[in-house]
Amino acid sequence: MNENPIRKDDFETRRQHLSGMTDAELKEYFWSLAEKTVTPLIDLARTHTTPAIERSVLLRMGFSSLEAKVIVDKTIRHNLIGKGAGHVVYRLSTIRNISTRAAGLALIEDKGWDEVLKSFEVRK
Amino acid sequence: MITPDKPLSLESILKDLDKYQPRRRGWTWRIPLPGQILHGYGYSDTSEPLKRSVPLPAAKYFDNIDPQPLQVITTEIASGRFEDDIRRMRMAAWHGADHIMVIRTAGQSHYDGLIEGTPQGVGGVPISRKQIRAQRKALDLIEDEVGRPINFHSYVSGVAGPDIAVMFAEEGVNGAHQDPQYNVLYRNINMIRSFVDAAESKKIMAWADILQIDGAHNANATAMEAWKVMPELFVQHAINALFSVKSGMKKTNIALSTVPPTAPPAPDLKVNLPYAVALRDFFAGYRFRAQMNTKYMESSTREATVTHVLNMMISKLTSADIQSTITPDEGRNIPWHMYNVEACDTAKQALVGMDGLKELVEIKSTGLLPQKVRELKERAVLFFEELIESGGYFAAVEKGFFIDSGIYPERNGDGIKRESHGGVAKDTVYERDPDYFAPVPAHFGFNNVVQYQLEETDNPAILIGGSTFEDRNKIQYIDEPDENDNVHLRMEETAKYRDSSLIKPEVQWLADGIVVVDLTLPTSVRYAEAAALEIAMKMNLSEPEIIHKEILHPSEGTRIQLKGKLDFDIDLSQLTLPEEPDILSDQEIRDYVAMHPLTIVAGTVGEDEHSVGLREIIDIKHGGIEKYGIKCHYLGTSVPITKLVDAAIETNADAILMSTIISHDEIHYKNMKKTHEYAVEKGIRDKLIIIAGGTQVIPETAQKQGVDAGFGRGTKGHHVASFLVKRHKEMKLL
Repeated sequence: MNENPIRKDDFETRRQHLSGMTDAELKEYFWSLAEKTVTPLIDLARTHTTPAIERSVLLRMGFSSLEAKVIVDKTIRHNLIGKGAGHVVYRLSTIRNISTRAAGLALIEDKGWDEVLKSFEVRK
Repeated sequence: MITPDKPLSLESILKDLDKYQPRRRGWTWRIPLPGQILHGYGYSDTSEPLKRSVPLPAAKYFDNIDPQPLQVITTEIASGRFEDDIRRMRMAAWHGADHIMVIRTAGQSHYDGLIEGTPQGVGGVPISRKQIRAQRKALDLIEDEVGRPINFHSYVSGVAGPDIAVMFAEEGVNGAHQDPQYNVLYRNINMIRSFVDAAESKKIMAWADILQIDGAHNANATAMEAWKVMPELFVQHAINALFSVKSGMKKTNIALSTVPPTAPPAPDLKVNLPYAVALRDFFAGYRFRAQMNTKYMESSTREATVTHVLNMMISKLTSADIQSTITPDEGRNIPWHMYNVEACDTAKQALVGMDGLKELVEIKSTGLLPQKVRELKERAVLFFEELIESGGYFAAVEKGFFIDSGIYPERNGDGIKRESHGGVAKDTVYERDPDYFAPVPAHFGFNNVVQYQLEETDNPAILIGGSTFEDRNKIQYIDEPDENDNVHLRMEETAKYRDSSLIKPEVQWLADGIVVVDLTLPTSVRYAEAAALEIAMKMNLSEPEIIHKEILHPSEGTRIQLKGKLDFDIDLSQLTLPEEPDILSDQEIRDYVAMHPLTIVAGTVGEDEHSVGLREIIDIKHGGIEKYGIKCHYLGTSVPITKLVDAAIETNADAILMSTIISHDEIHYKNMKKTHEYAVEKGIRDKLIIIAGGTQVIPETAQKQGVDAGFGRGTKGHHVASFLVKRHKEMKLL
């Protein structure tokens, strides 16, 4: 299609291999094609994250939208996004033995990042 | 608490909003009542009645019944000001809406985060926590008022999908659009980001039991010829539906958003019905949200309404769990109050009118219909095959597979193309490390909980003492970040119209002053337009704008609808209301007639064959005046006036009841005058009560013709009997 984007309706020739299928078989085939299409997409989602996902984690941890945005931006800047922004906050709270909220607010004020980097053995 | 006789108090909605808690999570369906009997009719497909509602106008002939269809009915509200939208939600709920969708302001899709506060929007409202909370709180009051749960709905799309999904879950939102393909095709948001975000959003929505609607209907509105995208719509629906199931949603919370793609003058049903049947075959087990056609809407509200009724015939012939409505004015402006109400009434009227349709007719299993159904399914399968051959979804989008104007496998090479590493928020997807962790519930995908000695089935939030999903006290509520753009400032501007006796007409916002003038001008379109604007100026309307024109004939006439603004207020406290009719009770009337027997003669006068109205006033079986013991001589229709008066003399009647329906050239009033004059001529006027009735009769004008009383539309037997008794009493005293 890339090479030749214009194509006349060749439905009659193209459909030959479907003509022998019953309606039930056609439906099953349709859903097997859907499965093939969706599987790599869902696998990608399973193993990756985004700023929006991390913000949504922080919202659930009790941060406001404005706070969540700053924490995620700083997590990316510190090369820690692969650990999870919520994880970074949680890690600092365990290192310092403080609440997750206090840990998040400290990170917003640029405090505690070195401790977290060290604990994850990540370089900024 | 709210009561029907008082407008909602916005101040009380906004008060203590930081402490408000939604009363439930999740979607609510209507409760079916198969075999429900109302006013003697058996209904097959209706649901539990409302406690309070406005029935259809004709319901007054049917004991004011207001049967509610089985389908949840959607209305979309989007004036840009959420505080005015709340008032419209209440109107819509009284007309049967139980799914209220708030449209987002233009541009929110590209806002990377949550919007806070209550800024004014364009073509929708900025969806923020405060705005959502205020509307959910108002809907709690409204649903108690009408007696049916109301589903509140907005959008989990754009680059902040997961953020919005969390906020919706926390705030008791019941339904949401979610479809990564919408981001990709129509908002040019990076495709990889959109799919990764979507899995998280869907998992959160699944936790909150939020019903999902997909975005496939947008293809119809975008495509050059809407019906040609039918094959790819199966593919779009399947991708989102299956992706949602794999993200953790249950099938019964996944609704396909489907629109009958074409509209008259195309042969609507021949195209739209096979498509609807094929879709429901392939997607059995999912829900269907039947949307109305928007693609071919012009400025005629009548034309849109007819198309929408045809759309609902398809819903009834196949199935629809949710019947969405499009306001008939959407082709010409952002919807106005009364058109949301009209659209809800159109849905209710059409669906109830087609009650039991499938018991009367069935979808044919031979001939054109099944052939078309099969063809569509095969075209969809072929589309999927080529998508996979070309390298999968991302590769297919890069090659412009979607929204091509050819009917697949025909290709015109004009589909929407996107780069997998392009678009808004490109390159913002990160791989999770082996020790990636998120201490929250409803999180999709890899989460290394084992490193913290948790089981895969544990809620990781136990490590942080619970998340906002367990403990809503943890939610951080932001009130108003913008001092210059918020609801409080807007309310100050309109303060003099709230809790006061001042009013102005409005179409969308309190005191917006907009009125519509409907003109028929005996000239061509071009002159009619110019003349209409001149008329608006002379009527002192500011900002006049023509919103609709229709050729009645190229030179004989043009219909113009124009809108303009009024710049004066009306003070209700300065108005004198006409007295409400003082009606005697049935017992008082009966007692009087027993003591003073009354006789009347009645007939429809002039060359007029209408009889129904008068029979309803007289006949005992319709609650007419006979039931009080009044003796009635009915002379029939087209009765000459002289005959009516002569009959009154012969029977020694106390009164004449003349019915006059035809009003052309004021003939109804002329006949009243003649009757009065003939009775004077015969010397009996002072002993005879003359009452005139008819649909076009205005009581005051009737009296000016010399009759004792006039009765218009909506008159019942007891109104007439009550007047007869009172007048008879007065005449005896004279």
